[in-house]
Amino acid sequence: MSTLSIKDLHVSVDTDQGAKEILRGVDLVIKEGEIHAIMGPNGSGKSTLAYSIAGHPKYHVTQGSVTLDGAEVLDMTVDERARAGLFLAMQYPVEIPGVTVTNFLRTAKTAIDGEAPAIRGWITSIRESMTNLRMEPSFAERNVNEGFSGGEKKRNEILQLELLQPRFAILDETDSGLDVDALKIVAEGVNRAKDKTALGIMLITHYTRILRYIKPDFVHVFVAGRIAEQGGPELADRLENEGYDRFLPVGASESTD
Amino acid sequence: MGQPAPTVTIESHKASRPNTASDEPRFVPVQTRSERFTSVDAADFPALSSSQLEWKYTPITRVKALAGEPVNGARYEYTVTDETGDALLIEWLDRTDRRIGAAGKPEERVSANAWTSFSEALAITVPAGADGGLTVDRNRFGPEARAAHTVITAGTGSRAVLIVQNSGSALLTENLEIVLEDEAQLTVVSVQEWADDAIHLASHFATLGRGARLKHVVISLGGSVVRIDPSVHLAATGSDAELLGVYFADAGQHLEQRVFVNHDAPHTRSRVNYRGALQGEGARTAWVGDVLIRATAVAADTYEQNRNLVLTEGARADSVPNLEIETGDILAAGHASTTGRFDDEQLFYLRSRGIPEAEARRLVVRGFFTELIASIGQDALEARLVRAIETELGMPASGPPEP
Ligand SMILES: Nc1ncnc2c1ncn2[C@@H]1O[C@H](COP(=O)(O)OP(=O)(O)OP(=O)(O)O)[C@@H](O)[C@H]1O
Ligand SMILES: [Mg+2]
Repeated sequence: MSTLSIKDLHVSVDTDQGAKEILRGVDLVIKEGEIHAIMGPNGSGKSTLAYSIAGHPKYHVTQGSVTLDGAEVLDMTVDERARAGLFLAMQYPVEIPGVTVTNFLRTAKTAIDGEAPAIRGWITSIRESMTNLRMEPSFAERNVNEGFSGGEKKRNEILQLELLQPRFAILDETDSGLDVDALKIVAEGVNRAKDKTALGIMLITHYTRILRYIKPDFVHVFVAGRIAEQGGPELADRLENEGYDRFLPVGASESTD
Repeated sequence: MGQPAPTVTIESHKASRPNTASDEPRFVPVQTRSERFTSVDAADFPALSSSQLEWKYTPITRVKALAGEPVNGARYEYTVTDETGDALLIEWLDRTDRRIGAAGKPEERVSANAWTSFSEALAITVPAGADGGLTVDRNRFGPEARAAHTVITAGTGSRAVLIVQNSGSALLTENLEIVLEDEAQLTVVSVQEWADDAIHLASHFATLGRGARLKHVVISLGGSVVRIDPSVHLAATGSDAELLGVYFADAGQHLEQRVFVNHDAPHTRSRVNYRGALQGEGARTAWVGDVLIRATAVAADTYEQNRNLVLTEGARADSVPNLEIETGDILAAGHASTTGRFDDEQLFYLRSRGIPEAEARRLVVRGFFTELIASIGQDALEARLVRAIETELGMPASGPPEP
């Protein structure tokens, strides 16, 4: 059984005033096939957690560990992490001028599998996934994310999730900016990936709506750089009704020093 | 990643002036191009100094052998390959031939020295109405200082593609004249894949007849100092020039291009698009793009752009667009210039999909050049160019280390 394990993770970023600690001891274990929803106020560090696991150079881990089946992820380069089975669907996917979606997908698939995919099957699966995600075939020949609308970028992230078949996926606000129909389509994509490969999922979101389509096994409340509370799906409903007030330190903002 | 920003000169002007009325141009040119001195005699120009605008960027000590006494201007060896379509004429002309000097005159001393020095000019003629192409391979100049002169003439209504392929060692100053008669369509590609020690300074002068269309392409990859200065005179109604450039400078290399487009007749159109990448300590590039729209150029339409991608620290790109407009009645005029370092977010995105760093860099840089290379319109050349750029990128990674 595959496990992604985050222990006592502390992360800071460089600011003009020196290092600023954003994550202050995150503990979280995700097993294959599990869905963990992470909810928390703006600026609480959710994206920081996602990027730190993926290895973005902006974030400096000062303490703790992240292991994938026992192997230390923090010792791996960004691309090694992906090849080890991690995937991050980004809150703000990046535009890559001059690189077509087709070329990009083939290059990524080849890197992750260690060999080029068999051409016919590969083209068929791209077509299928794109159809499922209601992406026009013309997107395949467009440059990655260039001129894509917000929702189209999110679909493109899920397209990659389906095709690259990671073991663990972090979805950072994949639901933000999606219309009602697109939300369903994207959620179906995530569920398909999960059914196919027993994908473990960390789902970062502000809204319970997506949790109607992607059913979480656990919900974590993320406040001021750590997990403040965890529970089952019912916790999400409570948050929707009550907000985060009761988790915030009395008389303090989320950026306590 | 996380490294200090490389030394980058950013002279970024973004201006679009569609349907410009009679207001003054937004950017006052450094020097009025129309008034620049010309002469075919090197002695008429002062000794080179970096205080002169023309020599501001060029490493003068490395080119001075071409700027002093006259140099060997005799015939040189070349080979002609890849001939297609109708036969084109290649011959040596005596320096007194009346075809010489029809397209333009030197504006600086090294170009004038080539003019003073050459004894015979290589003439490539596309007969009127002909449709053909060829490649001139020049790879035997050797290390001796030399001068050359070339005259390309595209006859009325002709269509042709000429590629000048430069390689090997060279210490060369030259002038290349391009004359397009009415309705001629000509592509001229100058490829610099010189050996590491080569010094090559060239001025290209083109003049276009009625409805003529020139596509001029400069590709500079190899050489110690390579400076190509193309100037195009849109001399007759409806003439059209597209000037493209691709350059890739490695450690210690200086690649420079100074473009001048002279709109001098109604309904003339120009597009200038140069892209460069730099990697390694001391890699230098300079691009100057002067566009002059004279009072005679009613309804002129121009857009020029230059983009530079700085891949490592210690490299420097200068980019200076100048737009000088002497008539209020133009169709459109715009320019853009950007110089940026390698985008770490792009790199991170690709790597987060499992693509190793070196390959991710290759993808991004190739992507940067792809569109421009595709617009050259010569499949075989494009494929070769993409490979050449990949070879450049395959060199020992001088990029920042892993965080
Ligand atoms: N370079 C920086 N300098 C100062 N603060 C920073 C810097 N980078 C990030 N931060 C801060 O880190 C905190 C966490 O940001 P993060 O993007 O992880 O929040 P988030 O929980 O994903 O928020 P959201 O819900 O809005 O997406 C924020 O308060 C942010 O301002
Ligand atoms: Mg966020």
